[in-house]
Amino acid sequence: MLNSIHSCMKCGTCTGSCPSGRVVSFRTRQLVEEHCLGEIDLDDIAIWYCTTCYNCMERCPRNIDITDDILRIREEAYKQGKVLPQHKDIMSYIYRTGHAVPINEEIKDLRESLGLSRIPPTTHKFEEALGIVRLLLEEGGFNDK
Amino acid sequence: MTNDEFAFFLGCLIPNRLPAIEKASRLVCDKLGIRLYDMDGASCCPAPGVMKSFDKNLWLKLAARNLQISEKMGYDLITMCNGCYGTLKDASMELKEDKEKLSDVKETLNRLGLSFENVPNVYHLVEYLYFDYGLDRIRETITNKLNLNVAVHYGCHLLKPVKYRRSENFEVPQFFDELVEITGAKSINYPEKSTCCGAGGGVRSGMKDVSLEIAKRKVASIKGADCIVTPCPFCHMQLEQVSNIPVLYYTQLLALAMDIPKDVLGLEVEL
Repeated sequence: MLNSIHSCMKCGTCTGSCPSGRVVSFRTRQLVEEHCLGEIDLDDIAIWYCTTCYNCMERCPRNIDITDDILRIREEAYKQGKVLPQHKDIMSYIYRTGHAVPINEEIKDLRESLGLSRIPPTTHKFEEALGIVRLLLEEGGFNDK
Repeated sequence: MTNDEFAFFLGCLIPNRLPAIEKASRLVCDKLGIRLYDMDGASCCPAPGVMKSFDKNLWLKLAARNLQISEKMGYDLITMCNGCYGTLKDASMELKEDKEKLSDVKETLNRLGLSFENVPNVYHLVEYLYFDYGLDRIRETITNKLNLNVAVHYGCHLLKPVKYRRSENFEVPQFFDELVEITGAKSINYPEKSTCCGAGGGVRSGMKDVSLEIAKRKVASIKGADCIVTPCPFCHMQLEQVSNIPVLYYTQLLALAMDIPKDVLGLEVEL
């Protein structure tokens, strides 16, 4: 997957195109190079700065799949349990409700006042469907602990 | 091809945080003769920023379960959210292109009692309106031309990755501007028009200060606009938090141009 990284000519288009790189010390080219050399630090918060806007990947003159590579770096971090608690919370919400952003009482009232169903016709309403989502998560090794 | 009939994918943010967008979208589609059928039991797409970062294989299987609901209904899937589109469109294309992945996903779903044969097509509502439904047919429904200057925001996943999107031009796209302008509004130019809102990739949930700083810079570059118009509830929520002018979802703008009253739409903005 990372073979293509060897064709990088270090032009810096990726770093210059990054919306996060403008506000924090996040250097896309450096990250991808470190990954290529096997020198990546999975504890470095920088791997979570990517908004997945795809600018770097679309503009790369060597057609390196940079955004996809960053996602794979994060996957390695996840496997080693190196994730942000906020992100783990989102996984827990999906496990418990089927939704990364679950409904609340205030929104139920708002839905009703708009003439929408109080509970949307999603896993919020269909328990059996939520059960399948949970099975898939459990099979994938995620437990809500 | 579709006959303007779809399995309607709600996602999380619209039904669970911004239901006025769901309301406007249902009303507008009704006026346009686009039939939306609820996808009973659909879940989170799942969230591309977190789930695709953590475990791509699991991301694909959860997405496939949503696609399976649409397939069983016999309709292609349509979504109102760039994030859901990013997940469901990309997952559908990967499954169509990679037989091995498809058979692995089928095997998993079958084991859980779900049959999955053909991968449905996935549309973003805004993309569908422009590329399939057509501007001319929308124009016929507009009875209240809007005299507004609009700062258009596309959002990243409506345009990229380009290989799985309808518009080939991600640098200077035009189609969403055209959709906005048929309402009578004028799309104004601004320096950071193509900049990301900063919410995606788990950045808003993980590092909110960084995320909002990106949004602030974007919004600060908008001059002379009455409102911002988005095709995505996540960008919408993000920009709204840092903007002094109202943020509207596209179907809310279109609903106003169709003369649907603000109180019916649950819209409290002054324009």
